[in-house]
Amino acid sequence: MNGKTFFAMLARDAHVARRNVVALLLQTMLQPLLFVFIFGRVMTSSGLMPENYKSMLLPGIIGMTMVFTGIQAVAMPLIAEFQFTHEIEDRLLAPMRIEWLAVEKVLAGMLQALVAGGFVVPASWLLLGKGVALNFNQPLLFGGVLVLVALFASAGGLTLGCSVNQTQIGLMFSLLLAPMISFGCIYYPWSALSAFPVIQKLVLLNPLVYASEGLRATLAPQYGHIPLAVIMGALLAIDAALIAAGLRQFDRKAVS
Amino acid sequence: MGIAVSTKDLRKIYTSPPPLAGPAARGRMMGRKEKNKEKKKFEIVALDGVSLDISPGEIFGLLGPNGAGKSTTIGILTTRVRPTSGEARIGQFDVWREQVEAKRLIGVVQQRPNLDFALTAREILTFHGAYYGLPSAERARRSAELLEKFQLTERANDVARNFSGGMMQRLSIARAMMHDPQVLFLDEPSTGLDPQTRLLLWEIVRDYNRQGKTLLLTTHNMEEADALCHRIAIIDHGRVIASGTPAELKASIPGGYLLRLHVSRTTAELVARLEAMPDVREARENGNRIDLYSDRGGPLIGPIAAAVSESGTELYDVHISEPSLENLFLHHTGRSLRQ
Repeated sequence: MNGKTFFAMLARDAHVARRNVVALLLQTMLQPLLFVFIFGRVMTSSGLMPENYKSMLLPGIIGMTMVFTGIQAVAMPLIAEFQFTHEIEDRLLAPMRIEWLAVEKVLAGMLQALVAGGFVVPASWLLLGKGVALNFNQPLLFGGVLVLVALFASAGGLTLGCSVNQTQIGLMFSLLLAPMISFGCIYYPWSALSAFPVIQKLVLLNPLVYASEGLRATLAPQYGHIPLAVIMGALLAIDAALIAAGLRQFDRKAVS
Repeated sequence: MGIAVSTKDLRKIYTSPPPLAGPAARGRMMGRKEKNKEKKKFEIVALDGVSLDISPGEIFGLLGPNGAGKSTTIGILTTRVRPTSGEARIGQFDVWREQVEAKRLIGVVQQRPNLDFALTAREILTFHGAYYGLPSAERARRSAELLEKFQLTERANDVARNFSGGMMQRLSIARAMMHDPQVLFLDEPSTGLDPQTRLLLWEIVRDYNRQGKTLLLTTHNMEEADALCHRIAIIDHGRVIASGTPAELKASIPGGYLLRLHVSRTTAELVARLEAMPDVREARENGNRIDLYSDRGGPLIGPIAAAVSESGTELYDVHISEPSLENLFLHHTGRSLRQ
């Protein structure tokens, strides 16, 4: 690897993100915060949901925010740069093996996902008001889950960004991302699906389930969750698979 | 000083539509897509054994119609297209085995604009310099120099998204020169430029070459190849069909002058008679057109008109062109470059 080139590209992405910081924050924060307000505040204060639903909801929201920030931060620019503006070509010609450019994109996406996670925790907490009981007793485990979730989001973004045609962006949202949210155990724990045994098995294919359950397992273990060892194993396997798929797709896009 | 560029028997067969080809080339390629009902097969031979030897410090031109394989050749030499077989070298480095070393030596101006739209003109240059490890002070100095040279200083702090086509092209070239590459590739550099900017571009190319740099450019513009290049390879359907200096190439056409006659009908007797005329080197029949390669142009028209009318045919039109690369291309392929 060529360190100078790699960090110059990371600096470029940071520079562009800084320049668009307001738009980026709105793009990634607004939707989760609206969910938090409606489900966590309106539904609980009206008595439709119990007060302790707040602590159940928050870990799911953190996971969802990180996953969608990571995917969007990597996939959307890549779709545009490979298919429309071609602006990535200058970086493909830089004196570094092109795989490292993909790695740089993943790292930049992870950082954005982690920053988004860092923003959404206090913002949602403020919105939810009183009655949030989160436990930060396992900081290492919590950090580990955060990193694995950020990596899965970002590597997923790389895979999607190098596979989806620019005319299919709408389809990507409605066919892939919307079902991922609905069946991602964001608003309910996985155990809540026990009344629907088939669906409960099927959603295990959804990587977002492990993000939500993983964060719930470390922040709000009182609700019951998939065993942590299974979650960590699944997240590691998903990360590895998405990195491999992403690098392969990137190479196919970059070199004809 | 100076770096050589060479390819040996390069072949490239695309098995899926090439994402890098220009829109024109892609259109042509799609047209040749083979459709088999049992098995859909896509196979396009873009390069069919291209060997080039470009000397250090040379301005070398690849000339050919759209889809001839010019961009694919440049793509392979700049690590963006994987060759099916054959070898490509920048200096001592094999482009595919020693990619990073080869990339350090080259600068590339692509056919279509690919500027980083998220950045200003100055940032495009300074970040580019940073990718090549230039220290910050040098990045600032070189970017200021290049912006001045390419008449972009006034717009240096504007985002490139809003630039005109000519400005984008100038900035693309400035960017390619930012890390002072030994070899500069320019793929159709003057497409879409107004005449003034084209002259500025030519001056820049010559100036860069005077510093001992090697330049490889593609064009389908005869005039440009003739005016700029020390040597030229004419490429068509993925093969080099002729190469040499512009003067050598032009001298290789029989006669040099080309007279294209458009007649009501052609007969073997008429063609033979025209070919037998003094100063005519070769006559070629093509439908109701006859191409005459000759040593003279205008003075032949009287005798030609007489010969045509004596054979009972009508002469609709005569077009005379002086010795040119265009004629050379026509001579080798039977087609005009612009077709």
